[in-house]
Amino acid sequence: MKYVDEFRDGALAQNLTESIALEAKSSRTYRLMEFCGGHTHALSRYGLLGMLPANVQMIHGPGCPVCVLPIGRIDLAIRLALEHDVILCSYGDCLRVPASNQMSLLKAKARGGDVRMVYSALDALKIATNNPTRQVVFFAIGFETTTPPTASIIRQARVARLTNFSVLCNHVLTLPAMEAILTQPGEVPLQGLVGPAHVSTVIGSQSYQSITNRFNKPIVISGFEPLDLLQGILMLLRQVNEGRAEVENEFTRAVTLAGNRKAQALVHEVFEVRDSFEWRGLGSLPFSGLKIRVAFAEFDAELRYPDLIYTNVPDHKACECGAILRGEKRPQDCKIFGTVCTPDNPIGSCMVSSEGACAAHYTYGRFSEVKWAS
Amino acid sequence: MSKGQSVYVRPLDLKHGRVDMSHGSGGRASAQLIETVFAALLDNEYLRQGNDGAVLPLPPANSRLVMSTDAHVVSPLFFPGGDIGSLSVHGTVNDLAMMGAHPLWLSASFILEEGFALCDLQRIVSSMAQAAKAAGVAIVTGDTKVVERGKGDGVYISTTGVGYVQGVTSPSGDRARAGDAILLSGTIGDHGMAIMSQREGLQFESDIESDSAALHELVAVMLATGADIHVLRDPTRGGLATTLNEIARQSGVGMVLDEGSIPVHRQVVAACEFLGLDPLYIANEGKLIAVCAEADAEQLINAMHAHPLAPLAAVIGTVIADDACFVQMKTKLGGKRMVDWLNGDQLPRIC
Repeated sequence: MKYVDEFRDGALAQNLTESIALEAKSSRTYRLMEFCGGHTHALSRYGLLGMLPANVQMIHGPGCPVCVLPIGRIDLAIRLALEHDVILCSYGDCLRVPASNQMSLLKAKARGGDVRMVYSALDALKIATNNPTRQVVFFAIGFETTTPPTASIIRQARVARLTNFSVLCNHVLTLPAMEAILTQPGEVPLQGLVGPAHVSTVIGSQSYQSITNRFNKPIVISGFEPLDLLQGILMLLRQVNEGRAEVENEFTRAVTLAGNRKAQALVHEVFEVRDSFEWRGLGSLPFSGLKIRVAFAEFDAELRYPDLIYTNVPDHKACECGAILRGEKRPQDCKIFGTVCTPDNPIGSCMVSSEGACAAHYTYGRFSEVKWAS
Repeated sequence: MSKGQSVYVRPLDLKHGRVDMSHGSGGRASAQLIETVFAALLDNEYLRQGNDGAVLPLPPANSRLVMSTDAHVVSPLFFPGGDIGSLSVHGTVNDLAMMGAHPLWLSASFILEEGFALCDLQRIVSSMAQAAKAAGVAIVTGDTKVVERGKGDGVYISTTGVGYVQGVTSPSGDRARAGDAILLSGTIGDHGMAIMSQREGLQFESDIESDSAALHELVAVMLATGADIHVLRDPTRGGLATTLNEIARQSGVGMVLDEGSIPVHRQVVAACEFLGLDPLYIANEGKLIAVCAEADAEQLINAMHAHPLAPLAAVIGTVIADDACFVQMKTKLGGKRMVDWLNGDQLPRIC
């Protein structure tokens, strides 16, 4: 397929892995974090991990929007569906995320909740327009990539004077999470970060300058295609070897210095930064999430349903999602990985989305622990 | 009903009429529906007798009977390349064919939802009739029930098939052995994507058609080569990935696939790409997987290529010894990964 196959070429991949092997000095270990779940998925799906030298280790970061969503936020959505009888619209991969009392949105649906999977935020708005007698809530999640569409439908709902539509906003910000990873106690010695692809198209490559300046770690923004990712890793190794800590952009065909200003303006018009927001695995991070501005208060589900009060729910005791999201542990280091916690019955959120470190390893990489037959 | 009585009966309005509860009550309305739609369209000597069951002749001597059943619930009911009617015939014929059987007879039971348009029912039954005729099977007995509006999805069709297999060995999911070749009859994901392209909330324009087809003639051609086909299976729900995992587990073996050799239509690749889905997990209704000794692979592939349903047939991998029963894949990029069972429904990723 044009514009896709070119970035999945086996011969070019071979060249790149050879260059990576040459660049990686055998005397040291490189611990690089791919921040984004899209990269985690690509690493696993294309079998890239096995193509890297043993001393180039990829740590799966917290950039999987489903994985960082805390239990308490899913609980709110389930309550909306079951107690308030709304039509709750959600992106597909949120549906299986485990919530309190062994519930999930999918199970809420089985208990009679009107939970609908949507492919885009716009679909939620259409459902509201087509069901004027029902209250419709869009369960908005995601980083900067999915925020502009949510902002856009809130604005459209205002224009259409919809009174039966609101948004439960869980949008989060990339930079505070990166900062948290790089500053939290028990810090993982990371040599560099693969920067997000789609998020960077919105926020622009210059946004990461503050991180490289403050932490002295290189960041290479890379596309989600396998060749992009290999190229990004190669660029990171070069920076590490040369002692540089710069923001470099491998994904120049989509990411600019300033990003998408129109999207940024739209987001700014509709959302403001929350004082703090809880992340699964990272805890409460200041100024890390977005809420709907007062000017659009009538579309804020948290205001429309005042009894929706967020309560923190601790993760399952044995679940290591937190340490895995912080890059301190690997999925297979978790006691319940693949036994109690599987994609069919996820305990932690990293096992839900195929972007999650645990689900990716379970689905694509588990065989490597046993053996590889040639 | 005799002809003498029917002149006093108001004819069924097949243009504007709808199914109501009386069509399932067993009374005059039921009889009229059966006579006008089912018996008329599916007509054959067994059905014509109008009995509660069909009395059927025994299959040839030295053969064994094969029986299979399949329920069909599909939304939308009509999709590019087929409908629930043709699907309900192909599904069961293929289940028999995957046992190496020659299909003979089908039964069909319909669960209709109150309010379902009779013209749609007629269209579906006539599509079944066509599919059965093309496959050389007869629908010899059936049943109809009606459920209240809101308690069904238009129509559900359950079919059961009977066929026979000759000889003492036949394909079975537990016969894959290390060293065997894994063959696939053509492109994957066509059916699932054709359905998805029509789903409410997800309509996208494409030329993708369902591959829904009866595979028993292809199987007959393959068996006629004399090759000992160890396993035959059609990768329906859960797609190629799940079906291969089923075979691996049943046979207690592992598999190594070569991604580059698995045929996928460009449009299916593209649709999967923007929906965040993997074609390996998308349903097929007219494809088969065969596992055979490596030495037999070439002649089987040649025989398959000569059949109109399998011009793109290919060897896609090898069976290996592996107690963990993992299905592994060499990616086009040169990496290696696992191909796991489908878990739950395949859910699209958000970014």
